[in-house]
Amino acid sequence: MPSILASNLTSLLNGLSIGFLLFTLAVGLTLVFGMMDVLNLAHGAIYLAGAYIGWYVMGADPTWTVFLAALGVAAVVGLLAGGALSLLVQPLASRPHLDQALLTLGVALILAELLSMAFGDDVRSVSPPSALAGSVDVAGGSYPIYRLFLIGVGLALAVVVYLVVERTTVGALIRATVADRDMVSAVGVDNRKVRIAVFGAGVALATVAGVFGAPVYGARPGLDWTILILALVVVVVGGLGSIKGALVGALLIGQVETFGRSLFPEFASFVLFGALALVLIARPRGLFGAPTGVKV
Amino acid sequence: MFLQVNGLCSGYGRGTVLHGVDLEVDRGEVLGLLGRNGAGKSTLVMTMLGLVPARQGSVRLDGREIVGLRADQVSRHGIAVVPQGRRIWPGLTVGEHVDVVAGRRPKAGGWSRDGVFDLFPNLARRVRQPAGLLSGGEQQMLAIARALLTDPALVLMDEPSEGLAPAVTRQIGEVIGSMAATGVGILLVEQDLRLVFATANRVAVMEKGEVAHTTDTGTFRRQPELAHTLLGVG
Repeated sequence: MPSILASNLTSLLNGLSIGFLLFTLAVGLTLVFGMMDVLNLAHGAIYLAGAYIGWYVMGADPTWTVFLAALGVAAVVGLLAGGALSLLVQPLASRPHLDQALLTLGVALILAELLSMAFGDDVRSVSPPSALAGSVDVAGGSYPIYRLFLIGVGLALAVVVYLVVERTTVGALIRATVADRDMVSAVGVDNRKVRIAVFGAGVALATVAGVFGAPVYGARPGLDWTILILALVVVVVGGLGSIKGALVGALLIGQVETFGRSLFPEFASFVLFGALALVLIARPRGLFGAPTGVKV
Repeated sequence: MFLQVNGLCSGYGRGTVLHGVDLEVDRGEVLGLLGRNGAGKSTLVMTMLGLVPARQGSVRLDGREIVGLRADQVSRHGIAVVPQGRRIWPGLTVGEHVDVVAGRRPKAGGWSRDGVFDLFPNLARRVRQPAGLLSGGEQQMLAIARALLTDPALVLMDEPSEGLAPAVTRQIGEVIGSMAATGVGILLVEQDLRLVFATANRVAVMEKGEVAHTTDTGTFRRQPELAHTLLGVG
């Protein structure tokens, strides 16, 4: 019995660490969609770029300093790339979703190809900073310290994002833009600036998540699509444009993904999309999607 | 005239809704704009705001051309909207509505947070309530407060009485009167003739994307057959 408990606890913790990672990714996707109606399909490739930044900067036996440097580089690259991407999609603002999806899909393909040219097709594994290497005993089993760290960081990040969006005036402006952007313009706010900032912050969260995730999931071609699909499922389950939805959806999908893999290894994808289908049958707009339009 | 609209044309996609609208509103004047459904009243409001692009014609506020500006620039030139269906942000609290608008520009004698809460004490009591949970009348007050906080010189109101009890509509009529008394021009799109007769100095009637008829309110009231033929009411 204790070993079953231990293996389930391991799945639960793995699910939590994936869940918080997915939340970090889903925030950017869901806010950008809510504010601009743009579903950024390059988000997975951007995560992968972050993971390669982590691999490149951190090297074989990273110290804290190197780890923080990798995070800083990823954040700056993400902010700039996000700002550029928002300017790129701006001219398509009044075009149908499919046109914008094609543009961001093209960006995703180009970026993935560039990464594969620069870093090759091998799986690049990354060591955690030496202070966080090793394992600790959790309920009779051993569990990697870095994953526990990831859960802690994810929790802290979720709290910060939630407070910024729900409790500050800038956050209120973001939520107002998600709810009815024309009325935000009509009170005199040039919401292009808000869009560039949110797009930049959302993409920076994805590159930073790439660095944080690198010691666990590595960096390899194809990881971009795996991550993108999981993040899209999270956003659809949670409800487009909703922060609460992104958090609940990410934690839920994190658990579904890990328990699906450990209990029904051959049917893991079916379990994932089965969960998506169930949510959509019960609530077509996702768990926290507003009945009309989208809201936080 | 303070506001001058000349030959304004616009529409959606390939369809044309406004076929050359002409109208004027002076400072402190309330112009009631009537018309059947589909006459183009709301499209006129959205075009003047810059939310629907104008295809031809001009909108001048105090002599300055505003056609071609973005909606946020139009707002900074002094045009505010109380839109049809109120379009408050349901997930934001009353206080957040005020902060998003009022927290943004330095004030010099314009409308402030305290000012709008004095005007609408009901809102002051619900600062922390999400706007989506307010009553219809309170949401309309919030929509008006949001417009006032931009310190407008001209307010476009699109059917403010829609779905509201008569007592609330009367209250909105009083607010319209006091806004006009401070020199703000008001374009009041309405189906409720009583509200128009109680507040408007002049009445314009739209038909098929044009202003078909303009007269002062008193004259309009003395010709019920006009309301009948133009609006299908009375």
